[in-house]
Amino acid sequence: MSEAAHELKPGVEQFLTFALGGEEYGVNILRVQGIQGWDRCTAIPNTPPYVLGVINLRGAIVPIVDLRRRFGLPAAEFGPTTVVIVVKVARQRQERTLGLVVDAVSEVCNVQPEDCKPPPDFGASVETGFVQGLVTVNERMVILLDIDKLVSEGLLGALPGA
Amino acid sequence: MTLDLTQFHGVFFEESFEALDSMEAALLKLDLGAPDAELINTVFRVAHSIKGGSATFGFTEIASFTHSLETLLDELRGARMQVTQEISNQLLKSVDVMREMLRAVQAKQPLDVQRVADVQFEIELIIARKPQTPPADAAFAPAVPKAAVPRWHISLKPFPQFFAHGNDPLRMFEELGKLGTLEVKADLSALPAFADLDPQSCHLAWTLELSGTSDEASIRQVFDWAEGDCAVEIRGENIPAPTPAAAAAPQPAPAPIATPAPAPAEPAVSAALTQSEAQAVSGVNEAGSIRVAVEKIDELMNTVGELVITQSMLTELGRTLEETLPETLQLGLAELERNVRELQESVMRVRMLPISFVFSRFPRMVRDLAQRLGKQVELLITGETTELDKTVLEKIGDPLVHLVRNSIDHGLEKPEVRRAAGKPASGSLRLHACHRGGNIAVEVSDDGAGLNAERIVAKARARNLIGPQDTLTPEQTYDLIFAPGFSTAEQTTDVSGRGVGLDVVKRNVKELGGSIELSSEPGRGARFVITLPLTLAIVDGQSVAVGRESYIVPLISIIESLQLRQGSLSRVAGRGEVFAFRGDYVPVIRLHEVFGVPSAREGADGIIVVVEGDGRRAGLLVDDLLGQQQVVIKSLDMNFGRVDGVSGATILGDGSVALILDLPGIIRRANARANA
Repeated sequence: MSEAAHELKPGVEQFLTFALGGEEYGVNILRVQGIQGWDRCTAIPNTPPYVLGVINLRGAIVPIVDLRRRFGLPAAEFGPTTVVIVVKVARQRQERTLGLVVDAVSEVCNVQPEDCKPPPDFGASVETGFVQGLVTVNERMVILLDIDKLVSEGLLGALPGA
Repeated sequence: MTLDLTQFHGVFFEESFEALDSMEAALLKLDLGAPDAELINTVFRVAHSIKGGSATFGFTEIASFTHSLETLLDELRGARMQVTQEISNQLLKSVDVMREMLRAVQAKQPLDVQRVADVQFEIELIIARKPQTPPADAAFAPAVPKAAVPRWHISLKPFPQFFAHGNDPLRMFEELGKLGTLEVKADLSALPAFADLDPQSCHLAWTLELSGTSDEASIRQVFDWAEGDCAVEIRGENIPAPTPAAAAAPQPAPAPIATPAPAPAEPAVSAALTQSEAQAVSGVNEAGSIRVAVEKIDELMNTVGELVITQSMLTELGRTLEETLPETLQLGLAELERNVRELQESVMRVRMLPISFVFSRFPRMVRDLAQRLGKQVELLITGETTELDKTVLEKIGDPLVHLVRNSIDHGLEKPEVRRAAGKPASGSLRLHACHRGGNIAVEVSDDGAGLNAERIVAKARARNLIGPQDTLTPEQTYDLIFAPGFSTAEQTTDVSGRGVGLDVVKRNVKELGGSIELSSEPGRGARFVITLPLTLAIVDGQSVAVGRESYIVPLISIIESLQLRQGSLSRVAGRGEVFAFRGDYVPVIRLHEVFGVPSAREGADGIIVVVEGDGRRAGLLVDDLLGQQQVVIKSLDMNFGRVDGVSGATILGDGSVALILDLPGIIRRANARANA
């Protein structure tokens, strides 16, 4: 967190990192609308299992996606650190709000553009389309997500009417 | 004067566009043979006020164009020229050009100077060609007494905001100067000391003496643009004017002074130009209305929506604490509920507008299209006062345009074909709107050739939309024309035939939660009926419970709810479940199966909610009935996407989300499963 207080150099982007099944992910902080505790949501019928349902976020209906299930990680009990990160995504020139359920939020880190490495090519076996790049923070690898792609390449892309 | 006028541009554009609409409507009503003086006056007024406004704001192209137009209109108004088909067309073209110019200026884009110049030239040509001998009915012009020159005493007392609203007295005086000999005296009595002078307020007043052959209406017109910003008194001398006491009722102006014009029906009011008088002149619809930005109303709607949620939360709380709650608080809660509901209804009504807002564009469109296609079309519009929500209103415009174009292009035949078929040469096209239950029905019907089933089927085969062996019912055949890329027009015209059309219509209507029906009789015509919900914002709902979930069923689609009794269900062919209802067998849909949620009762008992959707009935099997309530519909689409069987969501009193069922969708879905 210490670096966040410094004046940002141009080109530096800030990412909110979070834990998910032992892995560390990051989303651009400019997309984050808020973080809130996990609460029961209203299920939507006939949607993929990773769509947990919808919640009322200050009068708007916002879908909640379980990122663990989305990435095919083993399901975990929702515990006290389980949180919903509310993000804004752009999809077909339309802005949408979406909640992502993650194990826990970690920190905010600064990323220099040159530190961001492209993801290795796993062939067709691993989906990497929505990975913006990989960076090392405190000697741990953080997977930076391109959430617009995450949405267009399968997260909501598989949803009806989308 | 360095006042920033741009802040008034929005109002100017809005008013000008509205004025152009009324000008267009007046032009369309204009009879070629015997033009109605009041209509010509309306047209003239519009041109005049746009000219004044655009000159004030420095839109010189528009001002110059409208000036030419005004000259032509003045000739017509003075009956020195007859309204011919050519002139009528030219005037309509001018409306288009003015609209284009205003749009271009509004969007700060370059004008199509060539087109403007062309049309302006055509107008001037018409004026130049004006017959030198006046028309017969102007023959009495010389009879006007010339001895006593009429004099007009005009007193102009601007209000302080006069300048701020973009008025320029100099321009007005110039205009007046054109009407006769003008003497101007400024009244400096109200001028404050220099130190106290506010340069943006108007401290001056003027008295003007105008002598010349002019009538009161044309003098008033000079001050049209400044309505409400100044007090104008006009007094005539040597004019057989009616007494001011007769002012209340509109009546013809004094007998023609010099111009043999048909007397304009301006109210001869010599009192100050008050707001109410301005309305009496400009039309009936505006009685005491104010202009409000849509966003403000939407904001209000949202706030009221939240208020409703808070209120039902409190009511719920009050119910659970009933014993311990003092009676006064109970009463207060009941009062709150009533007031909030009334408030919500009032706000909803604010958003309701008559459908004439959409219908009004059709006379012009129909006229142009018919002319271009060489057809004669008579347009009948009924039920245009039917009100519906603004959001719905905005979205049905395009579908209706498609249907009307479709009717004229494909439906109605050319005059010679119609005569050969023993029909009147002029085809009739009818637009009709009415309330039907909680819905509004909009009908587009024509007495044309109707749908040609053979051609549709042949086309569908050619496009592989259906197999060569398929036989279709008439309904299924008609349904084909809503398929994407379908058109039977022999040639692709710029009107229709490019295959973009009816599928879009159907999709738009469906998105609004409506449906479209089509009936046709060969040789007799076709009829499209669009059914739409009155509003998209609120629905009366019945909460039902299935397992741990609760859903909202729109009350309007519920016919009856009844307790499921042992043995009242029977199976047909071992698959579909039905139960007897009012002497009928209604298919049963187990909601927990369709939605894949666990049921608390395992279907042994429960409640059957008999519902109707898309004209089909079904029994919805749910665990329990909860309360009835009015819910504010929130879109799932916005952040998510369309979900089959769900039309939207709402927020309940406890802040949780409940889904609103889309019954036609559920019935379709259940049928698809049963057939699978």
